[in-house]
Amino acid sequence: MDIIDRRPNPHGKNLENRRRVLDRARGAVQAAARDAVAAGKLREVGQGGAISIPSDALDEPSLHRVFSSGVREVVLSGNRQFSTGDKVQRPPSGKGGGGGPGQAGGEGKGEDGFRFVLSRDEFLDLFFEDLELPDLVKRQIATTDSLAVSRSGLSSEGSPSQLDLGRTMRHSMARRIGLKRPKPELVDSLEDELATLRGVTGSEERVAAIEAELVEARRRIRRVPWIDPVDMRFRRFTVTPKPTTRAVMFCLMDVSGSMTERMKELAKQFFLLLHVFLERRYKRVELVFIRHAEVAEEVDEDTFFHDPRTGGTVVSTALQEMLRVQEERYPAESWNIYVAQASDGDNTGADTPKCASLLRDRILPQVQYFAYIEIASSGAVIRGETDLWRGYRAVADAESRMVMRQVGDKRDIFPVFRDLFAKRTEAT
Amino acid sequence: MSDLLYRGAEWSFETIRRSYEAIERIAEDELKLDVYPNRIEVITSEQMLDVYTSHGMPLIYRHWSFGKRFVGHESAYRRGLMGLAYEVVINSNPCISYLMEENSATMQALVIAHAAFGHNHFFKNNRLFQEWTEASGILDYLEFARAYIASCEERYGVRAVERILDAAHALQNQGVHRHSGARPTDFRAEEARARERRDHEERVFNDLWRTVPTTKADKGPDGEAERRARLGLPEENLLYFLEKQAPRLAPWEREIIRIVRLIAQYFYPQPQNKMMNEGCATWVHYRIMERLHEQNRIDDASMLEVIHSTTNVITQPGYDTGGGPNFNPYALGYAMMSDIARICEDPTEEDRRWFPDIAGNGDAIGTLKHGWAEYRDESFIQQFLSPAVIRRFKLFRLRDDTEKPYLLVDAIHDAEGYRDIRRSVARFYDPSNLYADIEVVDVDLSGDRCLKLRHRTETGHLLDEKDAKATLKHLADLWGYEVKLLEVDRTTDSVLATHIASPPRVPA
Repeated sequence: MDIIDRRPNPHGKNLENRRRVLDRARGAVQAAARDAVAAGKLREVGQGGAISIPSDALDEPSLHRVFSSGVREVVLSGNRQFSTGDKVQRPPSGKGGGGGPGQAGGEGKGEDGFRFVLSRDEFLDLFFEDLELPDLVKRQIATTDSLAVSRSGLSSEGSPSQLDLGRTMRHSMARRIGLKRPKPELVDSLEDELATLRGVTGSEERVAAIEAELVEARRRIRRVPWIDPVDMRFRRFTVTPKPTTRAVMFCLMDVSGSMTERMKELAKQFFLLLHVFLERRYKRVELVFIRHAEVAEEVDEDTFFHDPRTGGTVVSTALQEMLRVQEERYPAESWNIYVAQASDGDNTGADTPKCASLLRDRILPQVQYFAYIEIASSGAVIRGETDLWRGYRAVADAESRMVMRQVGDKRDIFPVFRDLFAKRTEAT
Repeated sequence: MSDLLYRGAEWSFETIRRSYEAIERIAEDELKLDVYPNRIEVITSEQMLDVYTSHGMPLIYRHWSFGKRFVGHESAYRRGLMGLAYEVVINSNPCISYLMEENSATMQALVIAHAAFGHNHFFKNNRLFQEWTEASGILDYLEFARAYIASCEERYGVRAVERILDAAHALQNQGVHRHSGARPTDFRAEEARARERRDHEERVFNDLWRTVPTTKADKGPDGEAERRARLGLPEENLLYFLEKQAPRLAPWEREIIRIVRLIAQYFYPQPQNKMMNEGCATWVHYRIMERLHEQNRIDDASMLEVIHSTTNVITQPGYDTGGGPNFNPYALGYAMMSDIARICEDPTEEDRRWFPDIAGNGDAIGTLKHGWAEYRDESFIQQFLSPAVIRRFKLFRLRDDTEKPYLLVDAIHDAEGYRDIRRSVARFYDPSNLYADIEVVDVDLSGDRCLKLRHRTETGHLLDEKDAKATLKHLADLWGYEVKLLEVDRTTDSVLATHIASPPRVPA
C-alpha cells in the first residue's frame, strides 16, 4: 500500500476548461453582466461577482425519454397514511415524478440558469470589451515626463555591484583555455610525481623533465591570470522616458433644488461606470467631486452624493472651480484629464454663454474628454431642449472631445455609456 | 489502552498507515475480502472539485463541458449548497482512493475501510465490472486520450476538435455495447493500435491517389438484407457505427469518437450497480469500524463519530420530505446488506418462507460476497429485497395514469404488496429503463445516404423533443448527411414521431 500526498500538486487543473466555458458562453455571460449593471447592482461592478446565465447557453443535449402520457408506476418511501386503493390528488406539476433518467447534466443547473462567479478582471473584460477611451494615444505620447530605469544589455565597465558574475566567468574560462593556462591539478600531480621519484635511482632524467615542465607551468599560471579585466562584464541600465498613465476624473454635478434624489442616483451611476472604466485603462485614477448650486465647491464623495443641498443654479461656477483645482493640482502635461458633468439642464439664463466660452476656450484644450449627461425630467424643458443643452451643443458640434447625451431612466445609463465610449472606426 | 490507533481528530501519515494495517487485517482475515492493491492519496478540497469534474477520474482531456461541471460544483460548494465527499475511489488497478485532507482521523479510517476495501472488493469481484471494464489500463488510456486530443487541438484547432467532442458527448449514452461482445477493452493495446494506425497513414500517404479517377461506386440498389449485413446493422452503438461507417470523417475524428466511446463504455456498468456498490462499501466500513472498536483500537468518541456519519449517509427521506423514486443508494444498499446478514444469522419465520436458500445458513459474509459478485442492482433487488426492508422504508406504490385525475395507491408494505413493490423497484433499476432503446436500422447508400434510426418505445414515452433535435443535429454533423429518427411503438410498430436533421451546410 502506498500513501501519496497529492496536496502540493499543481493547482488550477480546471482553469483552462473554465476559460473555455466562458468563451463558449461569452455572449450570454456578457449580456448577463450588463444586465446586472443595468439592474442597478453597480457597486458590484468593481468587485466582480456572481451572475446567472440561461442554462441553454451551455446545453449538453442527449437522447432521453420523457414521460408524457400513459401509465407508470412509482415506488416511494415513507408511507404513513396510505392503504391499498387510496386515491391521492395529483400534485401540481408532477412532483414525485422526475421523469426518469433525464438528469444527464449533473448539478449546477436550475430552472433559473447557470451561475458563474467572475473575478473582477473577467467581469470588467467582458463588461468593457468593445469600449475604448477616445483620444488617448495622442496625449500619452505628448506627456512623457517620468523616467524609468531599465536593463539594456552589458558593458565592459561599471560598478562592482553590477558585475554579471556568470558572464564574467564564462569569458574568463574561454580566455584561460585559449591561452592554455595549466590547471592547478596538473601542477599538483607533477609535484606529487616529483616527490615520489626524487631519490629513486635511474629516474634522474624524468625528474629533470618534470622540473622543467613545472617551471614552465608555474610561469604560465603567473602570466595568465584567473580573471583579467578584459573578462569583466557589467549589467548596464539606461533611463527611458515613460508615458504617463495616470488620470484624474472630475465629477461635476448640479445639486440645486431641481435635482431630485432619483436624478442624483442616475448621475452617480454614470460617474461610477466612468470611474471603473478609467481604472481599467490607467494605473492610477484620482477623483475630484465638485458640486454646485449657485456656488461650486469641492467635496468628498459622501457629501457629494448624499448631502442634500438646494438653491439656484449657476453652472459656470462649477466649471471655474474645476479649472482652479486642475491648475492647482493636476497640470495637463502630466495628467490625463476627464470631466463628467451631470445636470438637469437648468441654468440661470445669462450664465449659459459664459459656460460655453469657458468650455471652448479654457477647458476643452486641457482635457482628454468631456462628457455631459443631461438627466431629463423636470420643468426646465423648452421645446425638448434645455437652455444649457443648446449652449453646449454649439460647442460639442465643433469639438470631438466633447460629447453629450440625455438620460431619462436607469435603463438608459448603460446604453448611453456604451454609446459614448464605443469603439470608433476611424471616424474623425 | 496503548492499542489505540490514534487519539483525537488530527491525522498524520503515521495514523493513516496504522489504521490501514489494522483495517487490512480485519478485511482479509475476518471478512476475507479480495482486493486490488491499494494506493491512498491525500488531496485538498480544490483537488476534490477537480476530481468531481472529471467523473471521479484523476485526469481527463480538455473540454468546455468539464469546465461547466467545475464551475457548477465550485459555485455550489462555495455557497455551501453542497458538501464534498469524504473520498473518491477509482476502479483501477492499483485501486486509487482519494482522501480529503479535511477529514478527521476517524473519517480517514472510515473511508479507508469504505473505499480501499469495500468498493475495491466490489470492483474486483462484481461480474459486471469484470466483464465490461479493464481496471489495469484505464489510467494509461486516459493519459493517452488527453495527449491525443491535445495534439489534435494543436494540429487541427480547438474548434474542430470541440465540434467532434460536442457531438460525441451528446451521443455517449448511445455509445456503448450493451449486449453483445462484452469484452473488456484492452486499453494498452488500444493505445499502441492508435499509434500504429497513425504511423501507417503517414507512411502510405500519397497525394497522387487523389488524381486517380474514381470508378462508379454504386451499381444500383443492392439487396437490403445484404446491405444491412455489410454495415453490421442494426447497430445500437451509434458512436461505434459512426466511427466505422461515417463516410466523411477524417481518421483523427474517428479516433476521438473512439476515445469518447471507450470511456463511456468504461463508465457504463457504474449506474447499473451503484446501489449494491455503495451498500457493499457502507456495510463493510461499518462492520470493520465496529470490529476496531471491539478490539479497542478506536475509542468510544471515534465510534460515535462513525455512527454519526454513517447515519447521515444512509438517511432515506420520505416521499413528503424530498425523497423521490430515486432511492438513496447508500440507504437502500446498506439496509439490504445488513438485512441479508441478519437473515443468514438470525432469521424469522417470514425470512425462512421468503429465503429458504439462505435463511439461517450462518454464513453472512459468504452469502453477501456471492451476491456482490453475481448480481447487479436490478437482479439483486429482485432476488433479495425482503419484506422486512420494505416495511422499514414503508414503501408504497403509486399508479400514475394520466387519464385519471388522481394517483392510485395500488400496493403498500403489506403481505399483498411485497411482491408488487419488489418488482417495481427492480424495474426501476433495470438498465433498459435507464437508456432509450435506439438503433441504426438502415442507410440509403444508393440515394441520398440518409441514415435511418429507430427508437422503440411506447406511447407517452417519447424522446424529449428539444434535446432530440439538438442531438440529432450533432449526429447529422458527424454522419455528414441527413439523419432520420423514427419513434415506433414496441409492440405494434406504428410510427409515433419522426425527427429529421440535416448537417450544417459547410462551404465545400
